[in-house]
Amino acid sequence: MVVNTIHWFRKGLRLHDNPSLRDSIIRADTLRCVYILDPWFAGSSNVGINRWRFLLQCLEDLDASLRKLNSRLFVIRGQPTDVFPRLFKEWKITRLSYEYDSEPFGKDRDAAIKKLATEAGVEVFVRISHTLYDLDKIIELNGGQSPLTYKRFQMLISRMDLVEIPAETITAVVMGKCATPVSDDHDDKFGVPSLEELGFETDGLSSAVWPGGETEALTRLERHLERKAWVANFERPRMNANSLLASPTGLSPYLRFGCLSCRLFHFKLTDLYRKVKKNCVPPLSLYGQLLWREFFYMTATNNPHFDKMEFNPICVQIPWDRNPEALAKWSEGRTGFPWIDAIMTQLRQEGWIHHLARHAVACFLTRGDLWISWEEGMKVFEELLLDADWSVNAGSWMWLSCSSFFQQFFHCYCPVGFGRRTDPNGDYIRHYLPILRGFPAKFIYDPWNAPESVQKIAKCIIGVHYPKPMVNHAEASRINIERMKQIYQQLSCYRGLGLLATVPSNATNNGDGNGAGPSSGDNTQESTHITAVHPSPASSQPKFSPFTVSCDQLSVNSVQPQPGYSGVGIVGQAHKQSQRGEFCSNGFGGLIAYSELKLSHWGLKCFHLIELHYIICSLL
Amino acid sequence: VCSTLEGGGPGPGTPELCKRLRQGDSEDGAVDWRQLPEEILLQIFQYLPLLDRAFASQVCRGWNQTFHMPELWRCFEFELNQPASSYLKATHPDLIKQIIKRHSNHLQYVSFKVDSSTESAEAACDILSQLVNCSLKTLGLISTARPSFMELPKSHFISALTVVFVNSKSLSSLKIDDTPVDDPSLKVLVANNSDTLKLLKMSSCPHVSPAGILCVADQCHGLRELALNYHLLSDELLLALSSERHVHLEHLRIDVVSENPGQQFHSIKKSSWDAMVRHSPKFNLVMYFFLYEDEFGPFFRDEVPVTHLYFGRSVSKEVLGRVGLTCPRLVELVVCANGLRPLDEELIRIAERCRQLSAIGLGECEVSCSAFVEFVKMCGGRLTQLSIMEEVLVPDNKYGPDDIHWEVSKHLGRVWFPDMMPTW
Repeated sequence: MVVNTIHWFRKGLRLHDNPSLRDSIIRADTLRCVYILDPWFAGSSNVGINRWRFLLQCLEDLDASLRKLNSRLFVIRGQPTDVFPRLFKEWKITRLSYEYDSEPFGKDRDAAIKKLATEAGVEVFVRISHTLYDLDKIIELNGGQSPLTYKRFQMLISRMDLVEIPAETITAVVMGKCATPVSDDHDDKFGVPSLEELGFETDGLSSAVWPGGETEALTRLERHLERKAWVANFERPRMNANSLLASPTGLSPYLRFGCLSCRLFHFKLTDLYRKVKKNCVPPLSLYGQLLWREFFYMTATNNPHFDKMEFNPICVQIPWDRNPEALAKWSEGRTGFPWIDAIMTQLRQEGWIHHLARHAVACFLTRGDLWISWEEGMKVFEELLLDADWSVNAGSWMWLSCSSFFQQFFHCYCPVGFGRRTDPNGDYIRHYLPILRGFPAKFIYDPWNAPESVQKIAKCIIGVHYPKPMVNHAEASRINIERMKQIYQQLSCYRGLGLLATVPSNATNNGDGNGAGPSSGDNTQESTHITAVHPSPASSQPKFSPFTVSCDQLSVNSVQPQPGYSGVGIVGQAHKQSQRGEFCSNGFGGLIAYSELKLSHWGLKCFHLIELHYIICSLL
Repeated sequence: VCSTLEGGGPGPGTPELCKRLRQGDSEDGAVDWRQLPEEILLQIFQYLPLLDRAFASQVCRGWNQTFHMPELWRCFEFELNQPASSYLKATHPDLIKQIIKRHSNHLQYVSFKVDSSTESAEAACDILSQLVNCSLKTLGLISTARPSFMELPKSHFISALTVVFVNSKSLSSLKIDDTPVDDPSLKVLVANNSDTLKLLKMSSCPHVSPAGILCVADQCHGLRELALNYHLLSDELLLALSSERHVHLEHLRIDVVSENPGQQFHSIKKSSWDAMVRHSPKFNLVMYFFLYEDEFGPFFRDEVPVTHLYFGRSVSKEVLGRVGLTCPRLVELVVCANGLRPLDEELIRIAERCRQLSAIGLGECEVSCSAFVEFVKMCGGRLTQLSIMEEVLVPDNKYGPDDIHWEVSKHLGRVWFPDMMPTW
């Protein structure tokens, strides 16, 4: 029987370590590699020009590599659900392969395509190669729930089987007799489109700081490893002025598009470490970058609302401000804080910023200064950041805004001091904000404090040539830390004065659901965390009904008080006290104890009109 | 129902009620729900959110009567948000209208959560000014985003607030941070509620003067918790709070915020703090600092009875050194940022001198691993909260990033890890 196969590229834009492609070639007579692109979507989507350019360069590189194998890439314009039934018929396809996509929307899309394929009698090959592990297996190991802390995740990882060895690269040998029928008008029908064709204005577009493609990715990987071998230091490099700039050894965009296999990177790192450190077992911290990525893919895989606050069972509900003007100032680099504006300018121009720079601007937008929702920031990164992936982007934003994952919120990056510590001279600022070039290092991070004479010499009057700071950072952080504290007190049911103890996972007396003592060495306190996000409605008033309806197994957990969780008891007590109308004087939470644990609060928030009608009818 | 009640233990008389219920059982064992005594129904209703109670109230006349029992309407939280400025839904105006109409005289514990729009703050004031026939015990005006009460005309806000002050007569707890409250309105508060006031939170209320708050402290002898900004703190205030007629103070929270760089701050005499500690030996002093590094001049020169200390901006190595010398009652210390020089000696000194210290958080600072281990060793198991960003710990020849957590865990007697941020 003739086997005609299609490999469908989405992420995983590479020929190395591509197990689904490799398997799909076995005993196949023909192979067509397709990439499906919706030109209408391109023009209207949120994705910015740098990201499109990166993608098109990846596709061109892929096409060039395939040519060397006497094959080509077929870029098909349209929607997968329309395209495939047509291709199946036209090309008499019997086999379809693609890389497993762990993200909720990807899973839905793939399920639909798989159904179409099965109906058309096409067999489907799916392999995991965008993540190190089968994410479902990690979740299974954790009893069916995604762990919510990175610590817990690391613990699980250390119990997983070794990462699979990368699949062999697709070469002429692997291709064997498998051929690609290519027509003369291939370029017209299936060529990689240009940015202009996608409706982008390319006049004045500077050349890419991050060129896309597998070839570039592999060169960078070599350079990355060479540098590591050279310094023979595997610790996370400490931040300095240089690390703010795009590095020729940076890999994150290549991992995002799958031009570089995370498993190849993992494998090479291990190999190098063993060589340099004489066969020592590498610590988990060696793979930090890869594991964080894995962590966010895993927490997102079963949560279609992962990128939103509403209906997202792991997201703390924070009353963010809606303020389009302030948001625009942030996203366009007009905040008046040179450190923030330089970072946002670099992001817009080049598509990449250092991870600590991400922390700085994300903190500034959300819990630090502007009190604007992380969802808004995530959307801006989605547009501009080359390595922004749905899971990793949303997960990082939730992390940085302290909306999930239980980390301390006391630490706000100062929009002046943080930059000054990183790059005392301010060269980074001068590079991205040439208007401030004339300021001396002393004032470059807070030019509004410079005397008028200094501003005149710098030929930049603050408030005229460069904006004044849009917020008073001291005042904003005072207000915001108080808000965060209130919100976390409510979650943790902690009523004391301490700031650190308000974060649920840090409450000293939180027992753990699995009965393991704190000294057991095995950090198994996860189950209590979930209870903390959803205080049990059985014993207290705050009812997260709208947020539990949508969520999966988490909600089941949330209605059963965990036996060891003392917080539930506290809720009960506070509640009882407030019922009797007593004055609860245990810290400044006193007043909160009445109001926030009280009746109606969560219930009211989500009334639909019909429900409201009921209440009002009852009152009449 | 009985088992839940017995388990929940709502107070005396429960077994009696259960007996009555059981007797009411019909022969086939089914419970006749109409016979559910009102006190039990009320008890159940108290555990239900408003919507569920509203549904239940449709069941029968009896349940509807219970629905309207004053006990169920003592607490209410008004959420005032505009779609243009908030993601959260608001309490529906019709619901507000009905509550004011039918239950305003039952309200005792009221709070307003207000978003950043002036309209919402205005709506809160409108409701406040309608609360003429109720006697509130607690009132909270909470800005959930940018404080919006400050944007109202002061007179408008004050007249609404004084309605509550005048009518309530027994306010015990008042939270009015970030509002334009002023001295005359505090006088009205004192004139009507001086016997009952126990808690007053008024951080960042720029229209109040030191004299205004002094008047509160002089008259309200039951005041146990107070929060205000540093510019309102005076020696006179501390002496008033530690006068013989005054109850023991439990919490005092002070926010020290700089409006413009280089601001000068007054100092507080050691004798005033001493008087406070003599009068209220167990009181907690919580101080939040949001200052530029060069504004710390007057602080930590003499002993200060601070228990919880938070540095929201960069604070110098030198000031932290002074903290170790002047804060013997310190329980919690949080340092968001510091310069580039490691804080080794400062931490060791704090461990030595601050014998109550049980919580510490470090953000953008540096400490050598060895000094940190030494610090933890000195404090030992009393460190219940230890939140240190990973980057804070500088590896040295004794400990690296991969083994420090073991060493620290050993001295703490529990598993400990530094806080991490995603490498993204």
